[in-house]
Amino acid sequence: MNSGASTFVEGVDNAFIFILGISFFFLIGITLVMILFLYRYNEKKHPKAVQNAGSTKLEIIWTVIPLALVMGMFYYGYVGWKPMKRIPDEGVEITANARMWSFSFRYDNGKVTDKLYVPKDTAIILNLNAVDVIHSLYIPAFRVKEDMVPGLANNRMWFEPTKLGSYSLFCTEYCGLQHSYMHTEVVVMEPEEFWTWYADTTGVALPVEEGADLALLGRQIVESKGCLACHSLDGSTIIGPTFKGAWGSNVPVITQGQDREVLYDYEYVKRSIYEPDYDIHRGYRAGQMFSYEGEITEQQIELIVEFLKSLNE
Amino acid sequence: MSEANNAHNVSYLEYKGQYKGLLAWIFSTDHKRIGLLYLYTMLFFFSVAAILGLLMKTQLIAPGYTIMGPQTYNSLFTLHGIIMIFVIVVPGLPAVFGNFFLPIMIGAKDVAFPKLNLLSWWFYIIGILIVLTSQFMGDGPPDTGWTFYAPYSFRTPTNVLPAVFGAFVMGFSSILTGINFVVTIHRMRAPGMTWFKMPLFPWTLYGTAWIQILATPVIGITLLLIVAERLMGIGIFDPALGGDPILYQHLFWIYSHPAVYIMILPAMGAISEIIPVFSRKTIFGYKAIVLSTLAIAFVGYFVWGHHMFTSGMSGRALYTFSFLTFLVAIPSAIKVFNWVSTMHKGSLQMQTPFYWAVSFIFVFMIGGLSGLVLGSLATNVHVHDTHFVVAHFHFIVFGGTGYAFMAALHYWFPKMFGRMYDMNWANLGWGIFFIGFNTLYLPMFYLGIMGMPRRYYDYLPDFHGGNIVSSLGAWVMVSGIVIIFANLIRSARHGEKTTEKNPWGGKTLEWQVDTPPTLENFEEIPTIEKGPYEFED
Repeated sequence: MNSGASTFVEGVDNAFIFILGISFFFLIGITLVMILFLYRYNEKKHPKAVQNAGSTKLEIIWTVIPLALVMGMFYYGYVGWKPMKRIPDEGVEITANARMWSFSFRYDNGKVTDKLYVPKDTAIILNLNAVDVIHSLYIPAFRVKEDMVPGLANNRMWFEPTKLGSYSLFCTEYCGLQHSYMHTEVVVMEPEEFWTWYADTTGVALPVEEGADLALLGRQIVESKGCLACHSLDGSTIIGPTFKGAWGSNVPVITQGQDREVLYDYEYVKRSIYEPDYDIHRGYRAGQMFSYEGEITEQQIELIVEFLKSLNE
Repeated sequence: MSEANNAHNVSYLEYKGQYKGLLAWIFSTDHKRIGLLYLYTMLFFFSVAAILGLLMKTQLIAPGYTIMGPQTYNSLFTLHGIIMIFVIVVPGLPAVFGNFFLPIMIGAKDVAFPKLNLLSWWFYIIGILIVLTSQFMGDGPPDTGWTFYAPYSFRTPTNVLPAVFGAFVMGFSSILTGINFVVTIHRMRAPGMTWFKMPLFPWTLYGTAWIQILATPVIGITLLLIVAERLMGIGIFDPALGGDPILYQHLFWIYSHPAVYIMILPAMGAISEIIPVFSRKTIFGYKAIVLSTLAIAFVGYFVWGHHMFTSGMSGRALYTFSFLTFLVAIPSAIKVFNWVSTMHKGSLQMQTPFYWAVSFIFVFMIGGLSGLVLGSLATNVHVHDTHFVVAHFHFIVFGGTGYAFMAALHYWFPKMFGRMYDMNWANLGWGIFFIGFNTLYLPMFYLGIMGMPRRYYDYLPDFHGGNIVSSLGAWVMVSGIVIIFANLIRSARHGEKTTEKNPWGGKTLEWQVDTPPTLENFEEIPTIEKGPYEFED
């Protein structure tokens, strides 16, 4: 279970060991006693029951001892959990954004990624945002989880990774159709390596080299932003209309209650990304997609358009 | 009234009233017939929801698409949850065995308000029908999970409102049954039956009835607020309208946690009846069991926050809820110790109801002890909303309430139907079910600790091993259910007839009336002098 991957692991695992240890002791003990009774006091061996209506002394014993044990469990649980709520003042702050059905992580210098990159042995403070419904950010290896609630201000969590490597990051609050595909990775890097990566802001303003495959770059954006969770490439309908053959077509839409047709061009794509409910594609519901303003740049939209064009070839 | 149709000597099954055929059942105000109406409804819907569960487990046997797509899967776990919770386990034992046996066990001819009792069943049926319409009308079956969490329940295009409204209507059935039982227990005990001479099953029904009366209105109000929000756009829970989704979770769990005790208390009551009878021994610590029942019913109101440990509540609220959660564990532990002590130096009769009762203690312990992991803050954060939780509540709700229901059904079956079931088939069914049950749910604890989230249509290859075992267990368990049900259904119609009043040697009043009971149960209301479990001869 990647033990030792964050500073919380020890406290949480101690609570697990304490609670599970006592639980197994009682489960096995009581089960063995029952089996013993079933054997010894079987009517064939023990035809006459010996009546006994109770014992106040025993009742007190088996009230007080379990009470003491569960208070111990409460204590271990409290001790293991307390550091999670003590968010340090200093650390790397990252804004985690969740939407149906992808995560994105925004760094202070404007860098936005779909995996969470963090430096080792550094406090990482995540500001949690959700665009549409409740999601939950869960990193099993770090023993952390916090719900991402739309509209909840100042919702934060923190952790300090202590081991290099990649770890799974899941959404654990059911959020609809593609919930089980809403997962990504945390990549823990050496601090120097992380800061080098951080300083490289090519993700922010893409320097598009001469002769680069623009459609491929667009495809990477579409994949990393989670667009394909709702928009298929093979002509099938998932939640929203397919991308296949869409470019250049006339789209039947409803704009502020008015039926009309618009050309599937750069302007339409851009408006659909920034103001998804402005033109509702007929046959689809409003309110399904939330704006990507601030998450997808206009330069990226140009690349997405190149990708959409390539689907017609 | 002719002599042949006298309420004192004609079995409730043969009594000819105003109506004939099916109408003689669905318009009967006899508490025993109403109990059977609930039983048949539940067995039917349980079978439906169990098949849904089996389809889900079959989908999960391998990663990716196996037999269905994600939308179908999400709708299935929603419907499975709604049926199992609102149609089966919440009404559960009180509606079936409470209706049938509460009046008999306290020496009464019927419940206090027989017509209200029938109305409760009708509310229940109407609620179910409304829920079913959500499956076939509108934009497809709801896919929110049985918890209807905001704001997802507002975002989804599926047909959520009828499901919510159906659950609302079923809530009235629950409240009315609760009122009926409280009044019956207060006003209609036989002469001489003081509170502490009352059997334990009625005691647990009493605790349950109060929870039904006090907690159910909260969910009713909440579901109504959802309807108002969806239809009129008033911002209550939806952040897009300025509402607070966490408020929804609070209101939902203020009801739904006590509801867990609605499910489990009567189960504990049934087990407390069965163990002394098959041990030929008085119950150990009668008063301790009564007091622990009342303690659970009371403290159970104050622990709802442990469903929300990761939702962003303040730290102080979190450790208060954690502390109270640990307190509520104690009364359940006390009951387990008393049950096991009742078996000590007894003369144990190895028969089907007793197998169910002993296996109940085993699975209930696993359910309860895994609850300690969830009550503790540090461990809860890790396993919250993972398969660990799914395993935990199936051990409590299915392992606890389900096993107790089967124990009660096999215990009271001869009294209810005047026929006996085939013991060998019953034991075989129990054995297969028990093995399948543990194979199905134990691996989920492991999957949860490894980090597999719940409500997952698909999963990473790391989780494959545990899922294979679990899915195979589902098939074994369902085979057990088929054997058990086939045996019971066959026996209810063609089983060996019996008029023996007391086949198991019980001491409570239902074993002193005719088998099957006459319409008014007692020719003469008995006077109670002894406690309910005095086995010394």
